[in-house]
Formats: sequence, C-alpha cells, structure tokens
Amino acid sequence: MEYLIGIQGPDFVLVAADNVAASSILQMKHDYDKMFKLSEKILLLCVGEAGDTVQFAEYIQKNVQLYKMRNGYELSPSAAANFTRKNLADYLRSRTPYHVNLLLAGYDDADGPGLYYMDHLSSLAKAPFAAHGYGAFLTLSILDQHYRPDLTREEAVDLLKKCIEELNKRFILNLPSFTVRLIDKEGIHDLETLTSGAK
Amino acid sequence: MALQDLCKCRDNFLDSFTTFGKKTGCNSVIPFPDRTSWFNFYTPVAGYLDESPIQFGQIRPVQNSSDIFSQDSVAPSLSSPTNLPLSSSQSVPLPFPMSHGTTTLAFMFQGGVLAAADTRSSCSGLVACPASQKILPIHSHLVGTTSGTSADCALWKRILARELRLYQLRHGRRLSTRGAAKLLSYMLHPFKGTELCVAATLCGWDGGEDDGRRDHVGAKIDCREMSGLGKPVDTSVEEASQAETKTSSSTNLRKSESFSGPSLIYVCSDGTRLQGTLFSVGSGSPYAYSILDQGVQWGLTLQEATAVAREAVYRATHRDAYSGNCVDVYHISSKGWTRRSREDLKEEYYREKRRQEKREKQERDFVCVKDLKQTKME
Repeated sequence: MEYLIGIQGPDFVLVAADNVAASSILQMKHDYDKMFKLSEKILLLCVGEAGDTVQFAEYIQKNVQLYKMRNGYELSPSAAANFTRKNLADYLRSRTPYHVNLLLAGYDDADGPGLYYMDHLSSLAKAPFAAHGYGAFLTLSILDQHYRPDLTREEAVDLLKKCIEELNKRFILNLPSFTVRLIDKEGIHDLETLTSGAK
Repeated sequence: MALQDLCKCRDNFLDSFTTFGKKTGCNSVIPFPDRTSWFNFYTPVAGYLDESPIQFGQIRPVQNSSDIFSQDSVAPSLSSPTNLPLSSSQSVPLPFPMSHGTTTLAFMFQGGVLAAADTRSSCSGLVACPASQKILPIHSHLVGTTSGTSADCALWKRILARELRLYQLRHGRRLSTRGAAKLLSYMLHPFKGTELCVAATLCGWDGGEDDGRRDHVGAKIDCREMSGLGKPVDTSVEEASQAETKTSSSTNLRKSESFSGPSLIYVCSDGTRLQGTLFSVGSGSPYAYSILDQGVQWGLTLQEATAVAREAVYRATHRDAYSGNCVDVYHISSKGWTRRSREDLKEEYYREKRRQEKREKQERDFVCVKDLKQTKME
C-alpha cells in the first residue's frame, strides 16, 4: 500500500514517499506526510502499522533532539540509524513490537550523504538506493538498471520519475501523489510534489 | 491528582491491584502510571502470553483470597467477577460478539465544523438502541463523534473531558484540539492489540486566550466568515493580510504551533491520528464519503452544509444495515457547539419517495400535454 524510495548521489540523498493515509479500503487523507525530520540534515521515512509508525518515529525524533540538547551536538546519520535499529531490536522480542519499515536519509559533514534501510525485523543496511512497500517489487530493478554512483540531481529526479511512472502503470493501487525531498550539505529541501499524470 | 486526593481512595486501589498485577506478571509501559490507577489501567494487552496455554482465557483468582481458589482454575464465566478488576476481562471471552456499525461524519467549512451521525446502536443483528447518542460534547468548544464499541467510546470521552478540564484548571487555557487528540491517542496506546475499539473524530474550535476578549473577537471572526475569506485569525484584528494564509498563524504569546479556528482530527485506538478537513468513520462511511466528496466545499452556508451532512447520513443509513434510525447534527463555531434537533430518517425516506412520485407524475403529464398539442396541430 505505502511506498518509500531513496536514492543516494555523490553529495545528496533524494527521498520520496506517497501521500496516502489509508484505513481498510478508504483513503482517509491525500496529503499525509510520512517523513519525520530528526535533525537539520536527517530525515526518517516511516511506513507500517497504523499507530506504530507515528509513535515510533516521534519517539526516535524526540530522542535525537534530546541528545542534541544534552550534548550540544547532533547525532550523525549513521549514529541515528544505529540508535533507531537498536530500539527496534529491543522492542522486537517484547510484547509490543513495532511493525514499521524505515528509511533514514542524512548528510554527514564528515562522511557525506548516507541512506540506511531498516525493516520491522530490525535489520540495517547502508545502501545506495532502497525502497519499501509493494511498489518496491516493481521499481528495484529499474533502480538496479539505471543507478550510477555519480548521478546528478536532475538525473536522480528523472530516475525517481521513471519509478513512479512504472508504479502508475503496473501497481494495482492508486498512489496519486508523492512528497519529494532532497538532503545535501545545505540541509533538507522540499522538491515539487510529484503527481500521477492521470489527474 | 486533585480528585484522588479529595476522595482519599488512591491507596486502597493501589494495594488491591498491584498484587494482581504481579500475579499475571504484566509489566507494561504506561504513560500515566499514577492517574490510571483509578481505572485499573495496567496493560492487559499480552498478559496472557505469560500464562500456560492450558489456562488460556481463564480467570485468575486474586492472591489474597487464594485459599479456596488456588489450585483450581475457575472456568471462564462472569459468575465471580466481584473480586477482579475490570481490566482482567481481557482473558475472559466476550459475553456476546461486539459489532461496530455506525455512520459518523465531520467536515470543516467556512462556518466552522459540522458533525453528523446516525443513532443506531447495533449488536450483531440486533438493534440494541435506536436512539443512542454518537456525538458527545467534551467541552464547550469541542465535540467528539464516536464509532466502535459504544461503551469504550463513552468511557474514553469522559476520561478525555476530565483530563482536558484538569489541563484547563492547571494552565489557565484550553488545550487545543490537536493537543486533545494527541492526549487521547497516547491514552489509548497501551490498549493497542486488545479488543478496545474507539474511532473518534474530534471537532473543535481553538480560540485565543480564555478571557473576556473572546466574545468581541468572535464577532469579528463572523464578519470575516461572511466575506468568505479563508480560516479566520482570532487575535490581532489589524493584521488582515494574515487571514489569507491557509495555515492561520496567530500572534498569541504562545509561539510555535498556536492556531485558532476550526480543527478536525481523527483518532483511532489502533494509533492513527490524522488531521484533515473531512472524515467519515464507521461501517457506513464509504457510502457517506461518496456523497460528501461531491457536495462539500469550503464556501457552503450553514444551511447547505447541514443539508449535505443529512443527505450523506441518510444515504449511508439506507444502504448500511448497521446504521439507521435518526440523525444528529452538531455545529461547532467560535461560539461553541449547537445541536440541531434529532430527525427521524424514516420520514426522509417517505418524503423522498413522494417527491419522486410527484416528479414522475409531472413528467408523465408533460408528455401527455406534448402529445395532445401535437395531435391538435395535425
């Protein structure tokens, strides 16, 4: 139902998420934002079970901010990703596991851009590109085919558009619009919301 | 908590059920450990995972009175509930299957928020109550529609009302609708995965500071609404340009998220919390959505909005077996909530039938007259 995608370039990370908040067969909201800002240069994209997503993502968000308040400097994307994964793992074998799938995208001033893939079984992998949801089955091969480590921003957005085109063509569910954001050394930038041509 | 201190009952409750809590070994993360002790809110959610499968679903006796019960497990029944706190009912099979049939809807428009709901409480195939109230006022400027299990909804609405009142007394201002929604969501979170089912839309009007200024500022807002601008700004009236921005920021002393105007948030016991301008909840909601999506716009007058809401509930009750009987319409504006008198939809059905018959008769007459004219001319 829900779809997340991230593409890492040489000095940026491009992320996109669909905008549908669904409840059984109904779309309750068409403009729902699934990205959570952890810090000036880190975004957490979160999909999964209804309440767990917001609860878990807000928990991580507030803890990252608390770290900054206590220590005076922000967590790096790698540290934030590992912290998130640790929390997922801790809750995994408790009575209330969080069923969420995550992408964490960030820019570290020292290490550069990073995209981290996490899933509900608390696996963590740093990847050049990643996707979550049923739509991932359709789009990962496009990413495999066309991805290069030295993509420019325009090429990355084109690659993203190709993926969304494929979703519109073959995916059984209607995902009319996608929020798109780009993270680079300047911070987080909102790009134009991509809508399906069918409108 | 103020009430607890007043009643001096806190200690008794704490003692009686901490022992019970230890017995089942349930050790959950409760956001409000103190105040929830009043209602035995320790999480029953997966207490049964600790029990041996043989004793699954059977009542555990309290440890104090264990002499008689200790060895045997009591068969699952409601025959001896007296020494057990309410929340232990999770391990008891429900006495009858609960059903969640309803149609409730709420939407924002230039005149505030409109909420409508049917009045049928069903229980599987039985209409348990044809005149129940599904829209419950929480305070003067906040109303909640309820869907799910009626008892759960009624209880949680009261708890929310209590918490909001306490907040108001402690902080001197009303909690915003968003805050109320977040509060409700976090209170329901420990019960995720249990049979508790509450799906509510909180419809409210967030005002400015809670003082005498309210009335005359409210009047100014009404003038703004007449001119059909976007969401009105509550405070500094001089800054007219601010009214044009969709996210009406207010120049309150409280910075960051202060907002005034209508607010509509959907909260569900599974953890969903969505802010929006149009929601419909319940088994009849798809039918209502299709009517609302066509008819709801920002610029509706109160009459038109009420008509759309009534129509949507009527169509949903026509098609959905679990919705029916009457319709309640509530309107929330800067002055608070007002309630339209309850209307029986059966009448609406007959009225529509008569209208349709009259229309068909007119068409037939028209055709006859046309034929007559043609034959005359020939």
